[in-house]
Amino acid sequence: MALLEIRDLHVALSDGSEIVKGIDLSVEGGEVHAIMGPNGSGKSTLAHALMGHPAYQITSGDVLLGGKSLLELGPDERAQQGLFLAFQYPYAIPGVTVTSFLRSAINALRKARAGGEDDPIPIPEFRKQLAAATERLKVPRELLGRYLNDGFSGGEKKRIEILQLALLHPRLAVLDETDSGLDIDALKTIAGGVSDLIGPELGAIVITHYQRILNYIRPDFVHVFAGGRFVAEGGPELAEQLESEGYDAYLPEASSGDR
Amino acid sequence: MKKPETDVSQIGRDYKYGFHTTDKPTFSTGRGLTREVVETISAQKGESDWMLERRLQAYEHFLTRPVPEWGGDLSKIDFDSIFYYVKPTETEASSWEELPPDIKQTWDRLGIPEAEKKYLAGVGAQYESEVVYHKLQEELVRQGVVFLGMDVGLRQHEEIVREHFGTVVPFRDNKFAALNTAVWSGGSFIYVPPGVKVEMPLQAYFRINAENMGQFERTLIVVDEGAFVHYVEGCTAPIYSSDSLHAAVVEIIVKPGGRCRYTTIQNWSTNVYNLVTKRAVAQENATVEWVDGNLGSKLTMKYPAIWLTGEGAHGEVLSIAFAGPGQHQDTGAKAVHAAPNTTSLITAKSISRGGGRAGYRGLVNVANGARGAKSKVVCDALILDEESRSDTYPTIRVHESDAEVEHEATVSKIGEEQLFYLMSRGLSESEASSMIVSGFVEPITKELPLEYAVEMNRLIQLQMEGSVG
Ligand SMILES: Nc1ncnc2c1ncn2[C@@H]1O[C@H](COP(=O)(O)OP(=O)(O)OP(=O)(O)O)[C@@H](O)[C@H]1O
Ligand SMILES: [Mg+2]
Repeated sequence: MALLEIRDLHVALSDGSEIVKGIDLSVEGGEVHAIMGPNGSGKSTLAHALMGHPAYQITSGDVLLGGKSLLELGPDERAQQGLFLAFQYPYAIPGVTVTSFLRSAINALRKARAGGEDDPIPIPEFRKQLAAATERLKVPRELLGRYLNDGFSGGEKKRIEILQLALLHPRLAVLDETDSGLDIDALKTIAGGVSDLIGPELGAIVITHYQRILNYIRPDFVHVFAGGRFVAEGGPELAEQLESEGYDAYLPEASSGDR
Repeated sequence: MKKPETDVSQIGRDYKYGFHTTDKPTFSTGRGLTREVVETISAQKGESDWMLERRLQAYEHFLTRPVPEWGGDLSKIDFDSIFYYVKPTETEASSWEELPPDIKQTWDRLGIPEAEKKYLAGVGAQYESEVVYHKLQEELVRQGVVFLGMDVGLRQHEEIVREHFGTVVPFRDNKFAALNTAVWSGGSFIYVPPGVKVEMPLQAYFRINAENMGQFERTLIVVDEGAFVHYVEGCTAPIYSSDSLHAAVVEIIVKPGGRCRYTTIQNWSTNVYNLVTKRAVAQENATVEWVDGNLGSKLTMKYPAIWLTGEGAHGEVLSIAFAGPGQHQDTGAKAVHAAPNTTSLITAKSISRGGGRAGYRGLVNVANGARGAKSKVVCDALILDEESRSDTYPTIRVHESDAEVEHEATVSKIGEEQLFYLMSRGLSESEASSMIVSGFVEPITKELPLEYAVEMNRLIQLQMEGSVG
C-alpha cells in the first residue's frame, strides 16, 4: 500500500455544499504529486480536509496514511501520524515567538512518539537543528524572535511554513500554494530546500498555479483539479502545457455552475 | 471525522497549593470582631497608643460603612465567622530551621527557601496573621535598606511608620481599608535610602492555612530619592468548603526620582475573598509600576492606584486577571494626574473561561493644573467559551484641555483557525489553547522576572487544563 491513499473522497462545507466530489490518489514515499487547478476549484478544501479542519466534512471515502485511516483523528493526531500542511494563508499567534512555537511543536510530536511521555528535545540539539534549517532556507534570524506570523509579509510566512516542515519531519507534506508570495530568489531557496527533504522518508503534494516551482521540486505526477475532481493526469510536461494553454480544455461548458 | 470540542463542564482544576497542615496556633482571638478583639490584637503586639487609637477609630468607621454593592457579590461574607487574628508561633525566625516543623514544611512545599537561595535579595513569609520568617541580604542591610515584617518595622522605625501610615490609604477610604486598619497584622515594611538601587527582588509570601481565616496584612514601602526597589508578593491558601477573607492594604511612597515596582502573583484558592486596597504616590519624576497577576480567589476586587503628585511622575499598571469556574475577578487600575507633565500607562488583560467572570474597572483622572498629562489605557479581554463573561467599566475625567487620554478596548475569542493551525503541528487542543492564552498575556509576563514568568505560564497552563475535553 502507498504511503498516502485517498479513496473516493468527498468533502462538503457545513452548509452541505459538496466541494470535493470524489477523488482518488496514491502517493508513495519520495514521490511528488502536483495539483493544479483554477481558483475556487477546491484545492485548499482538499488540503484542509486531509488535515482534519472541522469546517470541512468528509462525507464519504477514506484517507489512509501508512495504512491507517485518518478520518477519526483530530488534526493534532494526524500531525502526530506524520501529516503536514503548509498553509496557503498561515495564521498569526501574537505573543508566541517563532522559536518557542517551534520548540513546543517539536516537543508535542516527540511526546506523541514517546507514547504520551514528555520527551523534550535537549536545548543544544534544538539550537543546532534550528540553525541548520534557518541557514538552508535563508530565514532571517530576526524572524525567529518575532511573534509567529504576526505582521509577517506574505513571503516571510511561507518561509516559516517550510522551516516548520524542515524541523517537524513529517512523512507526507501538503504544500498549498507555497510559491505564491515568494520572490524569485526566495522561491529558488525554499523550493530547493523542500526538494532536499523529499526522499524515501517524505512524499509531497504540491498545490500550485505556476509551473515555476516545479522546476525546483520535480513532480512525478501532475493532476488537474477542476470542479471537485481530477480531470486530467500526466507527467511534468502537463504543467508546462497548462501554463501556456490554461484550463479551458478541462472546464465543463458552464464552468461556474458546477459548484 | 473528529471535531475538537471544548467541554467546559470538565473543570478538574489542579490547584497544587490546596494542601494544609494541622499545626496548633499559639493564640487566636476566636471568631468574630468586637472592640475587645481590636484591643487584644494591639495589646498582643505591645503597640503605642496612637496605633491603638487609629485601630479603634477605623473599627468604628468599619461598623458604620455599608458593604459596597457596586463590584462583586460580597453579601455572602459572614463577618462573624471569621478569625481576625491567629498567631501561629511566638517569634519571627530568620532561618527556616527555627520554624516549627509544620510551618517549615509548608514553605518547603511552596519552594520559598529554594527561591531565596537562587534569586531573591530578601524574603518575608507570613503565615496566618504573623510574619514568621524574615531575612534580607547582609549587603543591603549595610546600605541601610530596611525590609521587615510590618510589626517589627513599627517597633524599630516608629517615626517613619507614623509619618506615612494611612496617608496614602486613609481608613475612611473604603470599608475594607477600615477593617484592615482596625485589625491589621503582618505585611512588609520597606525603606530604601536615597540613591540605593536594590537590583534583585524582595519577596513576601502570604499563606493562609486555617479555615475561615481572615488575613489583614499591611504593607508600607517608602522609596527615597533616586532609589529603586522591586517587591514581589505571592499568595496561596488551602481549599476549604467555607470562605476565607484577605483584605490587605498596601501604601507606597516614592520620592523624587525614585522608582518602585510592585509585582503580585495572587493565586489564592477559590474560596478566598480577596479585597485589597493598593495605592502609591509618585512624587516629582518618580516612577511607580504595579504588575498585578490575579489567577486565584473566589472574588477579587482590586484596583491598584497611582497618584502622580509631582511634575514628570510616571505610573504604569500591567494587570492580568484569569477567571475560571466560579471565579469573579473585578480588577483594574486608577491613575490620578495631580501634577503637570505626568504620564500613565495601563495595560489590562483578562481571560475568562468555564463560566468565570473578569471585569476591568478603571479610573483616569486628570486634575486641575495637571497640564500636559498623558494617559493611555489598553484593555483586552479573551473569552474562552459562551458561559464566561467580561465587562469593562472605564471612567475618564479630564479637567485640563491639553491632556491626552486614550482608551482602547478589545474583546476576543480563541479563533477556530488559530487552534487548527497549532493543532496541525501536533499540539493537543489544550496545549494549543494554552499557547494562545500565554501569547495573549505575553506583554505582561515578559515584564516579570524570568522565574515568575515561568511560574505564571505554568499557572495559566494549569488553569487551562481541564478546560477542554
Ligand atoms: N469555510 C468556507 N466557507 C464557505 N465557503 C468556502 C469555505 N472554504 C471554501 N469555500 C468555498 O469552496 C470553494 C473552494 O475553495 P478553495 O479554497 O478550496 O479553492 P482553491 O482551489 O484552493 O482556490 P485558490 O486557487 O483560489 O486558492 C470556493 O468556492 C470557496 O469559496
Ligand atoms: Mg487555495
